[in-house]
Amino acid sequence: MADLLEVSDLHTQFFTRDGVVRAVDGVTFQVAAGETLGIVGESGCGKSVTALSLMRLIPQPPGKIVKGSIMFDGQDILKMDDDDVRGIRGNNIAMIFQDPMTSLNPVLTISRQISEALELHLKMDKSESRKRTIELLELVNIPSAKKRVDDYPHQFSGGMRQRVMIAMALSCNPKLILADEPTTALDVTIQAQILDLLKNLAREFRTAFILITHDLGVVAGMTQRINVMYAGRIVEKADTGELFANPKHPYTWGLLRSIPRLDESRKAKLVPIEGLPPDLIAPPPGCKFEPRCQYRRDVCREKEPELVHIPNAKSDHESRCWGTQAGGWLVDTDWRREIGDTRLIEAIKQETASVTATETPGE
Amino acid sequence: MIPTLFFVALITFALAKAAPGSPFDKNPDKPPKQETIDKWNRFYGLDKPVHEQFILYMSNVAKLDFGTSIRRQRPVADILGQGFPVTAQLGIQALLLALAVALPLGVISALRQNTLIDYGSLFFATIGTTIPSFVMAIFFIYIFALGLKLFPITGWGTPQHMVMPTVILAMGAAAFLARITRASMLEAIRQDYVRTARSKGLREQVVIVGHVLKNALIPVATVVGPAAAGLITGSFIIETFFSVPGIGREYVQSITALDYPVIMATTLLYAFFIVLANLSVDLVYGMLDPRIKVAK
Amino acid sequence: MATASTTQDRAAELNVLARKQRSLWQDAAYRLFRNKAAVAGLIVIFSAFLIAILSGFIAPYSPTLIPTSPASQMEPLWTGSKYTDPRYLLGTDFLGRDILSRLIYASRVSMVVGFIPTSIVFALGVSVGLTAGYFGGWLDQLLMRFTDIVYAFPDFLFLLIIVASFRNSPFGKIMDGLLLIFVAIAIVGWVGVARLTRGQVLSLKEREFVEAARSVGATPRRLMTKHLLPNALAPLIVTAAFSVPGAILGEATLSFLGVGIIPPTPSWGGMINEGFPLFAANPWAVLLPAMCISVVMLAFTFVGDGLRDALDPRMKT
Repeated sequence: MADLLEVSDLHTQFFTRDGVVRAVDGVTFQVAAGETLGIVGESGCGKSVTALSLMRLIPQPPGKIVKGSIMFDGQDILKMDDDDVRGIRGNNIAMIFQDPMTSLNPVLTISRQISEALELHLKMDKSESRKRTIELLELVNIPSAKKRVDDYPHQFSGGMRQRVMIAMALSCNPKLILADEPTTALDVTIQAQILDLLKNLAREFRTAFILITHDLGVVAGMTQRINVMYAGRIVEKADTGELFANPKHPYTWGLLRSIPRLDESRKAKLVPIEGLPPDLIAPPPGCKFEPRCQYRRDVCREKEPELVHIPNAKSDHESRCWGTQAGGWLVDTDWRREIGDTRLIEAIKQETASVTATETPGE
Repeated sequence: MIPTLFFVALITFALAKAAPGSPFDKNPDKPPKQETIDKWNRFYGLDKPVHEQFILYMSNVAKLDFGTSIRRQRPVADILGQGFPVTAQLGIQALLLALAVALPLGVISALRQNTLIDYGSLFFATIGTTIPSFVMAIFFIYIFALGLKLFPITGWGTPQHMVMPTVILAMGAAAFLARITRASMLEAIRQDYVRTARSKGLREQVVIVGHVLKNALIPVATVVGPAAAGLITGSFIIETFFSVPGIGREYVQSITALDYPVIMATTLLYAFFIVLANLSVDLVYGMLDPRIKVAK
Repeated sequence: MATASTTQDRAAELNVLARKQRSLWQDAAYRLFRNKAAVAGLIVIFSAFLIAILSGFIAPYSPTLIPTSPASQMEPLWTGSKYTDPRYLLGTDFLGRDILSRLIYASRVSMVVGFIPTSIVFALGVSVGLTAGYFGGWLDQLLMRFTDIVYAFPDFLFLLIIVASFRNSPFGKIMDGLLLIFVAIAIVGWVGVARLTRGQVLSLKEREFVEAARSVGATPRRLMTKHLLPNALAPLIVTAAFSVPGAILGEATLSFLGVGIIPPTPSWGGMINEGFPLFAANPWAVLLPAMCISVVMLAFTFVGDGLRDALDPRMKT
């Protein structure tokens, strides 16, 4: 049966004075109903722009979705007229933004900001929406919800504000929620609480999630599938467990290697990925990661690899690399030998195994 | 506020007294006799030492006695009482006109950035804030009074008399307010919470009116107080130009005539309004912005 | 297998090739010169400067000498009225003096009044503001009280009181009243600049780069001049750009009210004052200086706006 969301060859660009920024440069992926997909990558790789494109929230000048299709529930969002798109926003697809401090309107009460969507999409009247708002606040564990519903955003702490944003996103029972770095602006302990909350909500309401983050730790415990993005393209796609157990792209290896280890000796140096992301106005002609890749060969500079299936890998594992493709020179490389330890990978494997066991993607 | 006003009085007094000459030598063709001058000096207390004069003046002010105008031989309070309503009327009319023009203009030009209306209103704002009022008045008079013969040049009383002074006075304020409104709207529209509002599926109109305007108008509202004060204290040029019988015109004349009581009283009055207006800024912020609590 | 350093070189190479880097000031200059209005303004200001300096050579007649058989209140040649005199392109004023020459000479007054007091205001205001902001304490408190008082005065009226009071004193007669006007504008203006600088210093003082400089032993003077001041410069420059027309306007208004430059020295405001009683008869004697004031003010405003947009790092079109 068709997936809830099917994105095909999406291209989103920004037309600036200095040139055309190809922020999303040919992205294709699917999300099944009830599934949680993680999109991982550095700042500027296009993950947020992808999410905004899904809701057509890209500011029209200077941005534009120039190509592709976004099939949601059988309809192409890019072909809908404005009114229909607005009907979907907040209703079937909702978004949680990164910074809860600035994403809430400081001069409007929480109650007003949550009720808005309820009154607009579900046609509730004031008293119904107020009741429902309080229910939602309780659902996200805001204490004394009834008393606090008329408070202003500045009267809440950061973690609480993010919960309010989550309540707002959930309000009309959307089928898909886009969470753009939902915990990046929060303390680590609060992070854990919020992620737990999201996980439970996903399970309870069978909501599909797209979780966007640069933090591999976050996706490890939360997602069924992961897309790794770089320079506007997906460079690796796999089930979460498979990605951590058997990553097949030098960039992913770099990401995994760069995570500092608690059990490392104090003299051990951090292992960053050297260099900087490419200029999205004039990207290199071949593989976009090639300048920073320590495994590169001439072919990498000349031609860009396609996203292809990895031979002998579990399930649906794709990677965009000449080296790891069938017949490539990296097919048998054990990337772990570079850091010489398998303990980290085992730990992650166990975490993801527990996630995959309990989640049952609705069909 | 009181200490500020005290020092304002002190400085004004010092300056006025430091000025060479006296109120009685303004008529070089018919200089009064020395004994007449002495008599007047005694009458107005000008023969006393300067600091005594000041103390005497301030203690009178505390009793709300502002003395007698030397030039016009009438109680200062009367003169101000007569002139102030005129100035106030001119100021309030100008303020209302300015707001009525500036707010919509600022909002629309922010929403339709870089279109004709935006450039037009920016042009208007530039002209209004750059060109001095008397220069503007000159152009206006040339076109409307001399050219089209629509309005009388001087005087006050009938609606026709009021049009040109009000419009010209309003222009400066309108230009200033329009700029601020536009800038504030542009700033508000860039905020993250606007994106959140759109992501909920609200129509653009609802987003602008319900979310953006309320934020954008706060800075504008806080500025209205000082703008009003500016209009009241700045009207003297227009009043002089159009012979409007307000306190501004009176003030200019009293400065050149060294009419100390009037100078002191009017300066204090102006300063009072300005200080009041500045206080109002914080008050308005406290009222409109829920993030700010005004200590009661 | 490539080594780490060539990887880095290659990455750097690819990035740098893409676009040239620009420093903050270069970026600002670039943006300023792309702003057509600002460039037009700069041309006008520069021309006004030239006219002021070369007025002796450009003006056809003396601005102050009254001709022996004056042809007073002649109108400009293009009006085609019967009251024109081919000798005087823009007509004459009520005393028979050539308006064109007077306009040219009056530009000197405006240019000088624009720049000299502003320089004084800034020299004084910035030093006081820097010191008060950096050291705080009683100096800062004193400054704040002082600014409160000065702010309570309507700007222009303060100017008016000072000038009107001292016009008739010997000091007021120096340079036909110009020195008095300089001093008055300086007295009124330095306070605002001091306050602005102080505000900037206060917000910059707590930033890490100051702490860093202090931790390597920078003296207060060095901190103030080499660290705080350059960072505070941007809004100060913009304020300076807008003070110049403010000063010009102040003088013009004073002269218009009859308490500014002492006649017969020409100033645009003064010309308006003289021509006003006869506005209906010879409007151009008033309109022409009014237009000069407008053009110069607009020019400065465009440049000021351009500077502000160019120096504001957040403004990306």
